[in-house]
Amino acid sequence: MAKKNPTKLASASTRVEELMTGTTVFNVPLPQDLKRLKTMSPIVIKHPYLVEYIHSYGQDSPFFAGLSNGKLLGTRCRKCNYTYATPRLACVTCGRETEWVELPQEGRVHTFTTCYFGSEEFLKETPFHLVLVEFDGVDTLFLSRLLGPERPEDIRIGMKVKARFRRNSQLKPTDVYFVPGE
Amino acid sequence: MRPVYMVSGGVSKFEKARPDATFQKMVKESFDYAMNDVPRLKRHMIDGSVVSYFSDHFTRQLMAGIMATDYLGLCPKPNKRVEGGGATGGLCFQAAWEAVASGRMNVCAAYGFETMSHVPTWKGNEFIALASDVNFDYPVGGFYSGYYAMMVNRHMHEFGTTVEQLAMVSVKNHMNAYFNPYAQKRRKLTIADVRDSEMVAYPLTLLDICVMSDGAATCLLADEETAFRLTDRPVRITGVGTGTDMMRMSDRPHGEVILAPNEKKSDYRKLKYPGVHSFRAGRSAGLQAYRMAGITDPIREIDFVELHDAYTSSEIQTYEDLALCKYGGGGKFVEEGHPFMPQIDYGLKLKKRGTIPVNPSGGLIACGHPVGATGLMQAVFAFWQIQGSIRKHYGDGELQLAKANRGLIHSHAGTGTYVTVSILERGW
Ligand SMILES: [Zn+2]
Repeated sequence: MAKKNPTKLASASTRVEELMTGTTVFNVPLPQDLKRLKTMSPIVIKHPYLVEYIHSYGQDSPFFAGLSNGKLLGTRCRKCNYTYATPRLACVTCGRETEWVELPQEGRVHTFTTCYFGSEEFLKETPFHLVLVEFDGVDTLFLSRLLGPERPEDIRIGMKVKARFRRNSQLKPTDVYFVPGE
Repeated sequence: MRPVYMVSGGVSKFEKARPDATFQKMVKESFDYAMNDVPRLKRHMIDGSVVSYFSDHFTRQLMAGIMATDYLGLCPKPNKRVEGGGATGGLCFQAAWEAVASGRMNVCAAYGFETMSHVPTWKGNEFIALASDVNFDYPVGGFYSGYYAMMVNRHMHEFGTTVEQLAMVSVKNHMNAYFNPYAQKRRKLTIADVRDSEMVAYPLTLLDICVMSDGAATCLLADEETAFRLTDRPVRITGVGTGTDMMRMSDRPHGEVILAPNEKKSDYRKLKYPGVHSFRAGRSAGLQAYRMAGITDPIREIDFVELHDAYTSSEIQTYEDLALCKYGGGGKFVEEGHPFMPQIDYGLKLKKRGTIPVNPSGGLIACGHPVGATGLMQAVFAFWQIQGSIRKHYGDGELQLAKANRGLIHSHAGTGTYVTVSILERGW
C-alpha cells in the first residue's frame, strides 16, 4: 500500500485576500479592427464618494440633549394617553402635538438579535447585540444595544435591562445602551 | 376603472455582477425579450412607461430612470420613476396598472433594475440600512438582517416557530430554483446545510437571507381590446392592494388583528398586533387585493404565490399576513408541506405538499434581489406560470404547475413599510 502524501493540498477555499486597491493605468490596448470592440472586456474604475452633511435633529433635538444629561426622553399624547418611547412630536392617532416626558431607565427585552456581520460602518464592532426594549407604562419600544451577555443564548425575551449612558456624549442614539438589570 | 392585462414580460438573468453592461443595457435586454414575445406589439404602440430602481447610492446617478427610458427609445412619451424600498418593483407594476386602468394609456411598459455590484457587499448593506431612520435606528447598528432577526425572534417567542421551519423555506426555494435558469443560486440543500452555514444575525444564517444582484425586468400592460389584439393568452390583473407601516419597527402598535374574511375575532384573543412579529402592511395590501378580486378563501381560490422572501422568516410571516394560514401558523404551514411544489423531490418528509405552491420560481433567496427589478421579475414568472409557458421560457417544464389559473404576487419593503399585493388571472 502506497504511503499517503503527508503534504496538505490546497483546498478550494485557499485564496489570497481580494483588495479594493488597484493599479494606475494610463492606457488600454485597442484592436486595429474596430469590429472586435464588442468582444472587449469591460473597463472597471474606482470612484470614491465622500460627503459631510450638516444634519439637524430638528424638533427631535431634545432627545439627544437628554441622553447627554443621562435622561431618556420620550413623548406623550395627553389626549390619547399614549407614550412614545422613541420620540415623535405629532401623535399618529389624533395628530396633536405631543409633550416631552422622561422615560423609566429600567425595562425588559421585547426582542433581540446578535449581529455577526453588519453594514460597513459597524462591521468592526461585530458581534453586537441589538434589543427592542419595552418599558412599563410606555406604549412603544426602543431600539438599543445590549452589552454584557456574551452569546445570544445568554439573552432572554422578557429579561430585565437597565439603561447606561456614555460619559462623553456623541449626540447619537448610541449615547444610551442597556445592560442586564439586577 | 377598466380591465388591465399583462401581455408580456422579460427578465435579464440576475447575476452577482454584470460588469459587461450598464443598467440601460440590462433594462434593454429584459425589454427586448418582452417585445419579442408579442411580435404584434410595435414600439410606437407603447403610450408611456414607469421605471423603478431603489437606491441612488447604488447607481451613483440621479435620474437614472430617464436614461433607461431614452435607451429604450421611449422619449418623448410619459415616464416617471417609482420608488419604495424593496417594494419598488411591485409599486412600479401597480403604477403601470393605474396608467392603463385610468384610461391614460392603452399600453404601458413597466421596467426596473438595480446595480448592486457597484459597491462591496458590506457597503451595500450600509446603503440598504440607510432605508431605516437615520436619526434613531441606523446609528445603533443599522443592518436589515438584524432588524428581521429581531422580528423572527419575537415570532418564535410568540408562536413557537423553529429555525428548522425557517430552513425548510430555504431548502424549498433553492430547490425550485434548481429548475429555473434565471436564478442566481440553484442548489440542492438540506435543513442541516442551512443551519450549519455562517450565522449572520441570530438566528438567521447566510442561507436564510437573499443575496445582492445586478438585474432588470420588464412587464408590458394593456387595456382589454389591445391585449386580445396582441396575444391570445393575456393575463388579467384582477386585484391590487398596497399597505404601509411605520418606518421604525419600535413604533408599531400592539393592538387588534385586522381580520381576513376567513378569520374571527376569537381566533386572536391574546395576540397583540402587529407588534414586531407581523407585517400589518402585508395584511392590508392582501385584503385590498382580495376584495377587488372577489377572493374570500385565499388558500382555495389562489393556485400559487410569488412572494418577497428576502428572508426565510419573512416568507413564513407573509403566509400569515396573506391569510394562507392563521397568524402563528406559518411555521407549521411550511413544516406540513403546503407551500412546496407537488412534483419536486426535496428530500424532506412532507405530509400535505403542494396545497398552494409558494415561490415556484425560487423566490428572492435563490433568484436574487436586484431591488428595483424584483417585484417585476415576480410578475413575469407568475405571468409565464399562468400562460402555461414555463417550458418555453425556462427551457425546462419542471416548474410548470398543472393548475395555474390565478396567482398572487407580493412585493415588500424594509421591515414591512410598503407592501404591494397584485392578483393575476388567466384572461382568455
Ligand atoms: Zn393622540
